[in-house]
Amino acid sequence: MSVEVNTKESVKTSIDVESIRRDFPILESKIKGNPLIYLDNAATTQKPKVVIERMNEYYFAQNSNVHRGVHTLSEIATNAYEDAREKIKTLINAADSKEIIFTRGTTESINLVANSYGRMVVKEGDEIIISIMEHHSNIVPWQILAEEKKAKLRIIPINDNGELLIDEFEKLLNEKTKFVSVVHISNSLGTINPIKKIIDISHNHGVPILIDGAQGIMHTAVDVQELDCDFYVFSGHKLYGPTGIGVLYGKSNLLNTMPPYQGGGDMIRSVTFEKTTYNDIPNKFEAGTPNIAGAVGLGTAIGYILKIGINNIAEYENELLKYATDVLSSIKELKIIGTAKEKASIISFVLENIHPHDIGTVLDYEGIAIRTGHHCTQPLMHRFNVPATARASLAFYNTKSEIDAISEGIKKVIKVFN
Amino acid sequence: MSDLRELYQEVILDHSKHPKNYHKIENASHQAEGFNPLCGDHFNLYLKVKEGLIEDVSFEGAGCAISKASASIMTSIVKGKTIAEATKIFKKFHEYVTGKVDQSFDIDSLGKLAVFSGVTEFPVRVKCATLAWHTLMNALENKIGIVTTE
Repeated sequence: MSVEVNTKESVKTSIDVESIRRDFPILESKIKGNPLIYLDNAATTQKPKVVIERMNEYYFAQNSNVHRGVHTLSEIATNAYEDAREKIKTLINAADSKEIIFTRGTTESINLVANSYGRMVVKEGDEIIISIMEHHSNIVPWQILAEEKKAKLRIIPINDNGELLIDEFEKLLNEKTKFVSVVHISNSLGTINPIKKIIDISHNHGVPILIDGAQGIMHTAVDVQELDCDFYVFSGHKLYGPTGIGVLYGKSNLLNTMPPYQGGGDMIRSVTFEKTTYNDIPNKFEAGTPNIAGAVGLGTAIGYILKIGINNIAEYENELLKYATDVLSSIKELKIIGTAKEKASIISFVLENIHPHDIGTVLDYEGIAIRTGHHCTQPLMHRFNVPATARASLAFYNTKSEIDAISEGIKKVIKVFN
Repeated sequence: MSDLRELYQEVILDHSKHPKNYHKIENASHQAEGFNPLCGDHFNLYLKVKEGLIEDVSFEGAGCAISKASASIMTSIVKGKTIAEATKIFKKFHEYVTGKVDQSFDIDSLGKLAVFSGVTEFPVRVKCATLAWHTLMNALENKIGIVTTE
């Protein structure tokens, strides 16, 4: 990532937010007569013009199927698709592009690992460890597996700030533990988990680990070799790319031993009615015609991000987070849920006696888009004893004046309901 | 702001802040739990029904202003009504908020429920306005389990 400039002074000037905003056409929209203030980036991020144009170009001039035809278009499509894989390899510093599997998104990536690796290794009486702050997509696939195998889910608890209790995690590990699956950054709390430490602890006990990077990949630099994680998964649409495309990174030695997740075209080497020989990775896990335009769009999004520099993005978002935390904390009726020391630019909050859904509806009238609800983390909501929260999640195209606007909006909400 | 005021009419805000019949009935003859996964609205509804007449009704729980006001208004409407009457009111209200009535519909015929007219403009909030009613119907039918709006 030689494009990044890491000195603190240059960081402040390296994000020219006004120029960046011009890259995102949707940010010029009006909602109910007000300029759109998009603070729902943890749900999905907006797409820069280059991504939209690249996908159009693909469908206008390059559309064909991959890995099949000998004709020119098929070769162009295949190259574009495989070039996206290379870009992902660069982004997360994988050892080999074969370790990058295209999926529909984080959810499918986790389901793939649970179904393929999980089913292979988990037996009756075994244990799988997840944490209380997991998204439902990193709970339910393991629950289904545990039910099928008569295995047990063990849950890492948190403290009141929303930080994982690492000592408790260590106590959960034992000879029955077959797998650990933990979120990198919490979508509800913004907590950045100490994943390097968690990975090392798992490995000290000989247990492989998956990191759910759905909210991690866009906020912080990820180096899968340095982390030494066995699996890292994320979605394209939270990384300024299109929906319907995601990534499973897996160490090749594990992927090679795993049985296929789905059967079909592209994942085979030869088929007879007696016996099918499977293709090598990554094709073994990519049955059927993939989301080619999606992969191409994601590749372009990654190119865009790398040009700006993920560390520059992280610095700018941290500055925004600090500002937003200060501004919102000054509203006395407001309580922030999730106050970990290490946080990404996600702020969940509740207002005394006002339901988050009512907050969301009033803010929508100001053109402000936030998420309200349980954020697909119901066990976490129970932990904090709230039915739901309101959540503002910030991206590098957001500005301090937008944070001032949500602060004013929240004051209006309080006026309407109190 | 005009649409917003229509959604959050003063009557709705009043009921959500100071809900009527907001307590638990001991020895209830009917009881049900209502849950809206979208908002996290969650109510328990209690009824005392004798020979087809709703003698008493109450609720407890947490939810958005619309769902809480709807539960409060519903309890004050159906108290003293027969099951048949309550069912009729629910059907009429449900048809109205889900847009199944034509232009000739007389909104005043809804009585107190007319304050929910703004909800028709917010399809995602219709579930909030009808949760208490669905829960009531479930309790009266004596179904076991949780009502969800999904």
